[in-house]
Order: sequence, then C-alpha cells, then structure tokens
Amino acid sequence: MSAILAKNRIREDKEMRNAYCETLMELAEKDERIVVLDADLMSSMGMKPFLKAYPERTFNVGIQEANMIGVAAGLSATGKIPFAHSFGPFATRRCFDQIFLSCGYSRLNVRITGSDPGVTASYNGGTHMPFEDMGIMRNIPDITILEPVDSVMLRDLIKQTANLYGVFYTRLLRKNAVKIYEEGSTFEIGKGVQLRDGKDVTIIATGIMVDEALKAAEALEVDGISARVLNMFTLKPIDKETIIKSAEETGAIVTAENHNVINGLGSAVAEVLVENRPVPMERVGVFDRFGEVGPESYLRERFNLTASDIMEKVKKVIARK
Amino acid sequence: MLGAEKIKEFEIFALKIRIEAMKAIGNLGFGHVGGALSIADALAVLYGGVMNVDPKNPRWDDRDWLICSKGHAGPAVYAALALRGYFPLEELMTLNKPGTHLPSHCDRNLTIGVDMTTGSLGQGSSLAVGVALGNRLDGRENYTYLILGDGEIQEGQVWEAALYAAQQKLDNLIAFIDYNKKQLDGFTKEINDLGDIKAKFESFGWHGQEVDGSNVKEIYEAIERAKEVKGKPSVIVLHTIKGKGWSFAENTASNHHMTVSKEQMEEALDELYKKLEKAVTR
Repeated sequence: MSAILAKNRIREDKEMRNAYCETLMELAEKDERIVVLDADLMSSMGMKPFLKAYPERTFNVGIQEANMIGVAAGLSATGKIPFAHSFGPFATRRCFDQIFLSCGYSRLNVRITGSDPGVTASYNGGTHMPFEDMGIMRNIPDITILEPVDSVMLRDLIKQTANLYGVFYTRLLRKNAVKIYEEGSTFEIGKGVQLRDGKDVTIIATGIMVDEALKAAEALEVDGISARVLNMFTLKPIDKETIIKSAEETGAIVTAENHNVINGLGSAVAEVLVENRPVPMERVGVFDRFGEVGPESYLRERFNLTASDIMEKVKKVIARK
Repeated sequence: MLGAEKIKEFEIFALKIRIEAMKAIGNLGFGHVGGALSIADALAVLYGGVMNVDPKNPRWDDRDWLICSKGHAGPAVYAALALRGYFPLEELMTLNKPGTHLPSHCDRNLTIGVDMTTGSLGQGSSLAVGVALGNRLDGRENYTYLILGDGEIQEGQVWEAALYAAQQKLDNLIAFIDYNKKQLDGFTKEINDLGDIKAKFESFGWHGQEVDGSNVKEIYEAIERAKEVKGKPSVIVLHTIKGKGWSFAENTASNHHMTVSKEQMEEALDELYKKLEKAVTR
C-alpha cells in the first residue's frame, strides 16, 4: 500500500462510472473469464463501451436483479469472473437471499457493485437511496465490502478483486468524485489509510464523507484541535488494528459515513472499540431514517452529513474524554 | 428408442434410489419423503445413463451438470450419486447427522458430485442459466439439467430465469418439473394453482413436453427429443406421485416431510424390495 494524499482535492474530470467501465475493459482484455452482468442499467452505469467491445461477455438480464445474481453465481461456478451491477438498493436489498445463498453460502466467486450510495441518489429519491446496503451485506459471512472514494482507488480495488476469490460488494459513487489520492496510489484491502495525523481525536470516514472529514480536520486545526483522519474504505473485514491503535493514540473516535449508522461504519468501529479499547466515540451518519428526494447538497444538510456536523461531533467527543 | 434391457436397468436404478433414500431417511426417523420419492425415476434416467459424468472426476469441466433446485430432494440425489459410485453407500446413513457431508438440502461444498447448492426455492433456476451460459461461452457441448419442484415454480425467480433462458436461446438447458401436485401445505391446486405448466413455459419461449414422470422410458425419450431442439431451452413436465413407491406415503395427505418409524421404514423397504425383485426377475 502506498497511498499519497492529493495536493488539490478537486472534483475529478472523469466520472466514477467511466473509470469503472474502463477498468473492467482493461481486465477483460487480459482475462477472458471476466464477464459483466446488469439489470437494465448499463446506460446509467456507462457500460455501453464494454458491451460494444465484449458483447458475448455482457449479460444484461433486464429488470430482474434476483436472476442477475443467480446467473452471476452460475457463471462463476463454470470459472467465469462476474461483475454484476445495479443501483445500491436493488443490488442488495432486492436480492439479499440470492446473494446470501447462491453466492455467499455456496462459496462462489461474485463481485456485486451497487451504485448511487446514500444521498448521491439525489433526484431518484427515497426509493433509490441506499442507507442500508453495506449494513445488509455485512451480515454475509466472509464477504468483502469496499467503498472506493475516488477513481484512483476504484481502479486499484477493482483490479485487486478480479484476482481474488469470494463475494465482494463495491459501493460505487456513479458521478465525479472529489480527488483524494494522487495517481499511482495503491491500497490494501482491509487496511485503513491514514490521510492526516492528529493527537486529540481520530475521524474515521468512508465514501463522500472522507473529503468532509478532511475539511473538518483542517477547520479544527484553526481551533487548536489536532484531528487524525482515516479513510476506512473496507467496511468488512474492518481494520481492527488501526482502529485500536488510533483509540490508544488519540483517545477519541468520530465515524463519518453516508449510510445508516446502524450496521454501517459507526457500528463496525464501535464493535471493535467496546471489545478492545473503549474510548469516547460519536457517529456522523444517517440516524435510522429513510431517504428523501432533492439536490445532493440539500440532502447532505438534511441528513447532517457535512464537515460542520463532523466538527460538532469532534468537539462533543473531546469533551467526553 | 430405448431397448427393454435399458428400460429394466433404469427401473432397477430408480427402485434402488428409493430404497437407499428411504434407508437414509428412515435411519434418521424423519425427512422429505414425498419429493425425494417422486423424482427418483428422473434421477435414475439422468445418473443411470443420460448424463455424461465421471464419478472419479466429479468436477470434470466437460461433464453434464445437474442442479436440483428443489434442494429438499437431497436424499434421492445422494442415493443416486452413491449408487453411481461417487461415494460409498454407507455414507448415506450419515444424512443430517453431526458433521455429515449429506445435509437435508443439496450443498456443492459438502457432497461430492453435487453441482450446486440449493434449498431456497427458485434460486437453482438462475444458477442453471448461469452454468449453461458459462459452458456455452467456453464452447462446451455439455448439458445443464435443472430439476424444479412444482410448488417451487410459484417463486417469481423461476420465471425471471425462464424469460432470460429463452432470450439467450439456451438449448443446452433442459429443465424438469416434478409435477407431483402437492406442496408442503397441501395440493398446489388449492394453494396457488399452477395451471398448464407446459403452456406457461411455452409462452415464455421454451420447448415444452409433458410425460409420465414415473415412466423411465417416457422420461428418457423426452430428454432425447429435448436434445434435438435448437435455439430454445426445454422443459419436461413430469407427472409424478408424491411419495411414489411406498404406498403408505403415497396415501398420506401430508407427505412433504414425514416422520418415519423403524417399523414404517421396514414396511417401506419390504414393499420396495419386492418391487425390485420383480423388476430384476422380469
């Protein structure tokens, strides 16, 4: 792992979906076992170039997510390496039993990508807004859950999963991400990335909340608070070692996620802390609510997913030390 | 056409499957008697001759696959596998015992020769489509056989898979419906009527056939005809009898899952062995 924090955290030019498609095409060129499945969202996912290049290895099953997952599992039983996509809620909630049994319990080799995480589902509204996708998937034994934060991390992780065996859920922002990492950065699945050191508190963040955490840490510095920031891009297996070390070294933890705090990052970190090194902890995330419709900026405020929400929780947790 | 000798061979195999399945279930004292016995004839035809498999090399790439989506027929599948030489017959006595390789529902990771894990009804249909697609991608000429329960096709996923199998023109996929007319709670007709199953599949773009599912000759010939069909998947609706072969089970209204006392097992085996003797000496 050698991750370098981007000098300028600006919106990337390339959309995440395009980086995803390009990466899969790169993999498919080298490995004919790579196959792609979708449930009538190939256009939304920007996967048309893959379809054009590899029509025989593209399976758009139509609007039937449960079947898509089963077909992916069946393909993997014959040695194929399937990547199956839908919007987050439909890639998880809609077909959980198929993922659990046909993929997980059956010990088959399937990668599932759920796009439009949390508030980024924006104008599609509550029906399409997964605050629970990672939490649902966390219940599957031995699954790996990833939330790449930008296109650099996305490319690296997708390439890694292609060469691993098991069930993988990748929570994928579809549009442009804020650049967090410099080109060439590499990552280790299951290891959090320290983006900034600090001694008073550790902010553990994932997805779109990583940039908010960095903004919060920068603003807190002005107030004389030194905040460490970790990008916990692997929700499962969670990086216990780094969480315990941060608890010991900074004595307080704040988690930040674009997801329900129940069974998401907040839960996962809390489980590690209470069993190993209890320290004051606060969570930023969605507190057991359904999604709503609106512009993303509005929803971030509405669900308290901003840098100032993180700052508030940091101050609260430090007061509890 | 199927010669008399081969018919006899299949019939004997089917009776042996019933005998071994009943021994395993009887030894445990309870199990899915009805649906295990109803599918024995189809399993006998498949493992007794139709399927190109190698018990010494169970994961051979070019083998024919069997996905028993009605996973609760496990004891019948295990009996067929053991009789075919995948593992010793004695292992059947471990059914559902601690540490067994033979669980109630089929598990690809536990049982040698089981191609796919099933048990949550409907899921085997999509798995079979995936396997058939994967094999076709690799240019293999093998077949994927799928066994669905009749009650099982109440699951929507079966029809999702049926649509897509037709879309993909999967002529290397042959499905069987074990139409024994019953599900756990009673008659399918009284719970959620399946109507004309063959016509339903045909309207989904499949080639359909309907045969006596207790008649090995009819089953065999239907498979032969299915293999001739190009450009579409095939379904063979097997008209079967739940609990077939053991009169008591056949006449028990609720025979999906039954307790089987030692005396009942002896009674069942006595009946089945008599049939076997008759078949052998015929």
